[in-house]
Amino acid sequence: MTVYYTKEHEWVRVEGDQATVGITDFAQGQLGDIVFVDLPRAGRQVTTGAEAAVVESVKAASDVYAPVSGEVTEANSALADDPALANTDPEGEGWFFRLRLSDPSELDGLMDADSYKSFCDSQ
Amino acid sequence: MSEPADRRLPLHDWHVARGARMVPFAGYAMPIQYEGILAEHRWTRGSAGLFDVSHMGQLIVAGPEAEAGLDALLPADLRILKDGRLRYSLLLAEDGGILDDLMVTRRDDHFYVVVNGATKDADIAHMEERLPRGAVLDHMKEQALLALQGPKAVDALSRLAPGVEALGFMSGGAYELAGGPAWISRSGYTGEDGFEISVPGSRVAAVAEALAGEPEVKPIGLGARDSLRLEAGLPLYGHDLDPETTPVEADLAFAISKRRRGEGGFAGWHRIMAELEGGPIRRRVGLAVEGRQPVREGAAVVDADGDEVGKVTSGGFSPVLEAPIAMAYVPAASAAPGSAVRLVQRGKIFEAKVVPMPFVPHKYHRKGAAV
Repeated sequence: MTVYYTKEHEWVRVEGDQATVGITDFAQGQLGDIVFVDLPRAGRQVTTGAEAAVVESVKAASDVYAPVSGEVTEANSALADDPALANTDPEGEGWFFRLRLSDPSELDGLMDADSYKSFCDSQ
Repeated sequence: MSEPADRRLPLHDWHVARGARMVPFAGYAMPIQYEGILAEHRWTRGSAGLFDVSHMGQLIVAGPEAEAGLDALLPADLRILKDGRLRYSLLLAEDGGILDDLMVTRRDDHFYVVVNGATKDADIAHMEERLPRGAVLDHMKEQALLALQGPKAVDALSRLAPGVEALGFMSGGAYELAGGPAWISRSGYTGEDGFEISVPGSRVAAVAEALAGEPEVKPIGLGARDSLRLEAGLPLYGHDLDPETTPVEADLAFAISKRRRGEGGFAGWHRIMAELEGGPIRRRVGLAVEGRQPVREGAAVVDADGDEVGKVTSGGFSPVLEAPIAMAYVPAASAAPGSAVRLVQRGKIFEAKVVPMPFVPHKYHRKGAAV
């Protein structure tokens, strides 16, 4: 299992051709209290860099982009019911959706945990 | 991280030392939040929140023609405004458009006026151009302004400034606070009981420190100030009110006093009277939005054909109701409570219903009212 990170502050946890996607602790801290998430339905095709979900904090709405391409296999219904999970456990219970990778080579363009930490420190 | 290139208020370092996230607002660096907007919002509704609103303009209008001069600019009945009493009023353009909303207090031989931060320079220019020779306007640039809001505000403040508990809603007086003079009124922008406290900028850190040292009090940022005022149904200038909006459209006709309706003599009187008699074509209303997703400022109000007929001017998630709420301008025919209204935001349709405001009941301390 490997975890990758994007410059848009999403994480991708990969097991075989299955990937789980969420927003990072840094992202939830910037967004503030999250009150709503709009998640993609299972079966939807998402492509790298395109809008896949919407997250709304008390302050503002933000898009969540698909970090990699693939077919959505599951959305986190627990998160839809309790959006604050994205604040309290962003990289665990607060995951957004799962997808089946259509092109695993896209992962090569993402950051590992150390690179992502340096990226956040430079923000 | 680069510092915002905005002017600093006297409490800037105090906010930063308490962990505030500073953002640009009305030309100043202001605290948007400390621990988080929801927690700060709920703390204010349950205890007492301390807000720094020193960006607002604090003005004195003095001189033998001060009352007559303000009469020509505001629709308030200043003749019956007693010493130490406040009124909510509106600075009006000749066409009845709202240039600003404000609080005016009769204070002994002069008027004390508090205007919005983003509009204060334009307000001052507008007023100076129109006030008669016998009225002098002074902008108290060195004066800071704090608000202490919430059901326990009176407990905390009366310990430091004994006597304030006797003030009724929309009245004020001079008190000693943290070793110096302060002008304190029982007023605010949250719908809660509370106070606004005007002190010299040189002393505001000592006053804030004393207030925040009381167990009921936490500092609160602009984020919660906005969600609190939205729940209270209070309009925000530059969003819900602007020069294209009249007091009748904005549902602020209560600010047009009875005597002045009949007598006129203030900017915008003709248009405002016509709208009071014939009804405005659009009106500011409160909306309860279906679902959980907030609909925000800028979303369109659409008719059955999908044509835009109005705009959402404020919107967000109500922490108390745990549901999305909004203010919008809608056609007069859709303004009655219960009317169904359709909204469009980023291509998505939302159904909403007109509801009476405030969304969350006001808890002002009115003298003579049953406690």
